[in-house]
Amino acid sequence: MSFFSFGQSAEIDIVLKDAETRKKVEHKTEDGKKDKYFLLYDGETVSGNVNVTLKNPGKRLEHQGIKMEFIGQIELYYDRGNHHEFVSLVKDLARPGELTQSQTFDFEFTHVEKPYESYTGQNVKLRYFLRATVSRRLNDISKEMDIVVHTLSTYPELNSSIKMEVGIEDCLHIEFEYNKSKYHLKDVIVGKIYFLLVRLKIRHMEIDIIKRETTGTGPNVYHENDTIAKYEIMDGAPVRGESIPIRLFLAGYEMTPTMRDINKKYSVRYYLNLVLIDEEERRYFKQQEITLWRKGDMVKKSMSHQAAIASQRFEGSSSAEKALAQAQAKEQEQ
Amino acid sequence: MADTIADTRRLFSKPQNLNDAYGPPSNFLEIDMSNPETVGVGRTRFTTYEIRLKTNLPIFKLKESRVRRRYSDFQWLRGELERDSKVVVPPLPGKALSRQLPFRGDDGIFDDSFIEERRAGLEQFLNKVAGHPLAQNKRCLHMFLQDESVDKTYTPSKIRQA
Repeated sequence: MSFFSFGQSAEIDIVLKDAETRKKVEHKTEDGKKDKYFLLYDGETVSGNVNVTLKNPGKRLEHQGIKMEFIGQIELYYDRGNHHEFVSLVKDLARPGELTQSQTFDFEFTHVEKPYESYTGQNVKLRYFLRATVSRRLNDISKEMDIVVHTLSTYPELNSSIKMEVGIEDCLHIEFEYNKSKYHLKDVIVGKIYFLLVRLKIRHMEIDIIKRETTGTGPNVYHENDTIAKYEIMDGAPVRGESIPIRLFLAGYEMTPTMRDINKKYSVRYYLNLVLIDEEERRYFKQQEITLWRKGDMVKKSMSHQAAIASQRFEGSSSAEKALAQAQAKEQEQ
Repeated sequence: MADTIADTRRLFSKPQNLNDAYGPPSNFLEIDMSNPETVGVGRTRFTTYEIRLKTNLPIFKLKESRVRRRYSDFQWLRGELERDSKVVVPPLPGKALSRQLPFRGDDGIFDDSFIEERRAGLEQFLNKVAGHPLAQNKRCLHMFLQDESVDKTYTPSKIRQA
């Protein structure tokens, strides 16, 4: 910013096309606060206009060119100087010259590739932003506007359950099962723990969701673990033949999709940790990786139709079937 | 709001055998310490405690046993476990050296309240150790709990079940 009270300066304001109707999402900033940003997807065109407003209306603004950039970059916190740009697009808005009055410029980046999801983590940040720059001899005037990108996936073709028998010989044998290995962010983990042999005095059992952020390569790999959730599934001592159900709703927790080796810079993976605690506070655990993915918004079925499906599942009675038929007929009318 | 209602029905599991559900659990292990007795005279006196064990764990040869042990036997057991197993062995109640000095107003280490304090601490120690899966197969633990006397010249080994 110029500190000279004489001379001209300007304010830049970037406005996306369809700003009123476009969806905004909450995204964590580096210092933990949450802000709302416009949401964009891979392949979407990024367009809008830039308002350059002169601060002193009478004076002219000389410049070396006005340009608009769309940037996607990865920033490792321990290496702040080096930003790894994986998307970098430029559009010239004005050739070197002068502005005699405030002006608006249109820009459009067609079908921009946005291969990775925006991510703000403990040691790394991936962000996308628009940057408008008015170049000048001594100092440029620029304005950045961050946007958030979500990567969507479709239902995986193969989604096998996780089923395993683990234990300590002659002391504790359990068989655990989770209904899927790939869960979307609003999914439910349905599973069970079956006790085959219990020669320990167990006091309770819980499931933890652990997020592991891995940065760096080769000998400098660094893992940052964070327990996102602790969910007690059993209180008391089980015996042989006992089956403990698991029903863990993921929508209540702040999680991102699984990210593997993003631009060869970082990974974010999620693990389910099954923990058993005995009377003497000893802990026994088994960790299992799960894949999280982001589902796109689907066409919503009507509430009455959904309620009818649910009641039929749990009652299976003729009245529930009637309710389902009624709801279906109503929907067809609409 | 969910787009569709997820299927949250429980996974199928075999119904539990009623015997397993209502019978005695297979993790029954009770260790009590009681009846402290001071034997000997003068400076060679020492206190022994009765250790009673009741269990249905297959790894213990005797389902019921009763032995008498003194504090130095516990010290030996703790040393063996620390050396031979990967267990982080809990601490024993204190050695009470200050109580063994002369010219005390009370009975020193043969004081009733001290003996009770030590008894409780040793009982807690034994329960912690005997229930540990990695300590349970050690010969020294079984010898300590169930053999008539502790043979300190034994060969350390693991109890194996067929």
